[in-house]
Amino acid sequence: MAIAFLAEQSFNALQLGLMLFLMAVGVTLAFGTMRLINLAHGSFFMLGAYLYAWIISSTDSGLAAGIGALILLAIVAVAIERVVIRPLYLRDHLEQVLATFGLILVFNDAVMMLWGRDPLYTPLPDFLSGHVMLGDIAYPTYRLVITAVAIVIGLALWYLIARTRTGGLIRASADNRAVVQALGGNVDTLGAGVFALVALLAGIAGIMTAPLIAVTSGMGDAVLIQSLVVVIIGGLGSIMGALVGALLVAFVDVFGRTYLPLAFGNTTGFALANMSIYLLMAATLVWRPLGIFGKAR
Amino acid sequence: MTDTAFRNRVLIVLASAVLVAALVAFGDQTTLRFASRVAIYALAAVAVDIVLGYAGLVSMGHAAFFGLGAYVTGALALVGYKEALLAWPIAVLVATLAAFVIGALALRTSGVYFIMITLAFAQMFFYGANAVPGLGGADGFRLPGRSTVAGLSIDDPRIFFLLCVAILTAILLFSRRAAGAAFGSSLRAARDDEARAAASGIGAYWLRITAFTVSGAIAGLAGVLSANLTLYIAPSSTLSWHLSAEFLVMVILGMTGTLYGAVVGAALFLLLIEVVSHYTDYWAFYVGIAVIARVLLVHDGLLAKLQERLAL
Repeated sequence: MAIAFLAEQSFNALQLGLMLFLMAVGVTLAFGTMRLINLAHGSFFMLGAYLYAWIISSTDSGLAAGIGALILLAIVAVAIERVVIRPLYLRDHLEQVLATFGLILVFNDAVMMLWGRDPLYTPLPDFLSGHVMLGDIAYPTYRLVITAVAIVIGLALWYLIARTRTGGLIRASADNRAVVQALGGNVDTLGAGVFALVALLAGIAGIMTAPLIAVTSGMGDAVLIQSLVVVIIGGLGSIMGALVGALLVAFVDVFGRTYLPLAFGNTTGFALANMSIYLLMAATLVWRPLGIFGKAR
Repeated sequence: MTDTAFRNRVLIVLASAVLVAALVAFGDQTTLRFASRVAIYALAAVAVDIVLGYAGLVSMGHAAFFGLGAYVTGALALVGYKEALLAWPIAVLVATLAAFVIGALALRTSGVYFIMITLAFAQMFFYGANAVPGLGGADGFRLPGRSTVAGLSIDDPRIFFLLCVAILTAILLFSRRAAGAAFGSSLRAARDDEARAAASGIGAYWLRITAFTVSGAIAGLAGVLSANLTLYIAPSSTLSWHLSAEFLVMVILGMTGTLYGAVVGAALFLLLIEVVSHYTDYWAFYVGIAVIARVLLVHDGLLAKLQERLAL
């Protein structure tokens, strides 16, 4: 029993960690490529979930809803990049923080104007709603599937960044944007592409999370902050850092919620569990101020 | 300072005094409540401007100090300590300590890291407050009543408003003075060129920690007053990271690095919300658009133009 429980918690942590990775890698890529701090990243997570819940309620097809949500999300992302984000690339971080905070206010209210104040609930497709036997544990099929999808996306992303010409351009402009431009690279198109890509990754995380939780306005805020914690721990601009940080944060969070109340009693335990990932962050900062994989710039 | 600049300054101070007097004389309860809120948020915005305008640090975590000030005041009131002379210093002290620890950790980094770390630490207090039993968790809790100052009641909205204005004025004078003194100059020198400042014997780290800690104390004081104004404390209204961002918005709506610009910005921001929310429940949508427009379209803040005009 104890081992089965441990294994189940580990799967949950792995799944949470991979969702966080999809979010955090976007924060890290946007900063790495365009020196952009984008607080509205969580809004794309929320928007993905809303669009998915909205389409699936009228089509009953998870696939159509997923694809439709991503297409709409890409259109929104490109439009937002063109109007709000692109002028911000060369501005200072304060202006980026404030403008993207403005975007959060806009998106959080826009979803309520479009879909009402009540939370939306999305059903699981039948073939995903069962359980799979992993040894002795009955594990929800859906959670296994999204874990697998996240792994595939992670590998595809690694291939894109490490093995393709586009990826080379992304890495190059992370190192020196001006030189890439001088050598004839179109940094504007690249910026738009990367922004759309990370928005889609956030959207995918939102879509996959939608059936597990209530879809509400502001749901992106909590995820955004967790992914910032991931990036602080892993090191800003490092994709490996995003992965390691996401898994660390997820395991500390999931196991903290299980064991801290047992160790310290419910009262202190719950408070500590709520704060555990931030304490992890503080500890990392004392040890390595720029994060585990962070480099001074 | 030229004669016109001096004359204009005197006129502005006089105009503010007249405004305060008029509010006290003719303001109804709702107006005074709103005016008190402006003074309280202005205080917090001044705190944010101390680190933003003089030390060049973007803090996204000032809600933590504001919230701690409010929570400690509320918790002390719940157990019967309503005397301001006792409770308020304790609340401010707790906020000050938190600012010192967070500052010491966050100042090991700079730039984007600093923004994200202050934001994350503030969020730690938000989730912590959500889990503390006896203080209402996510729902928050109601205070038994306003503090008393040396045994005297501050329940009268006019007296409370005057108290807020007095505290704001005192903090403004103190901060302007510190900004003009060697402390402020060293802080600006370290902001503009850290290496050169270091060569002149200015150690940026401790200067910045001092500024951040003082700023946290002032934000904590604003939280204390806020708890006394609303008599209701919840994580979402006192510790939310949106509040930290709003403080920054207030500062840049006025003008950074002037302190009184933060006061004007706080008034403008709260007025904007007040007016828009009169017409629609979705005021945040329009306020968000206004914030984006301000960042993308205006370069220096609304006061910068006015300042040029008045030759201040």
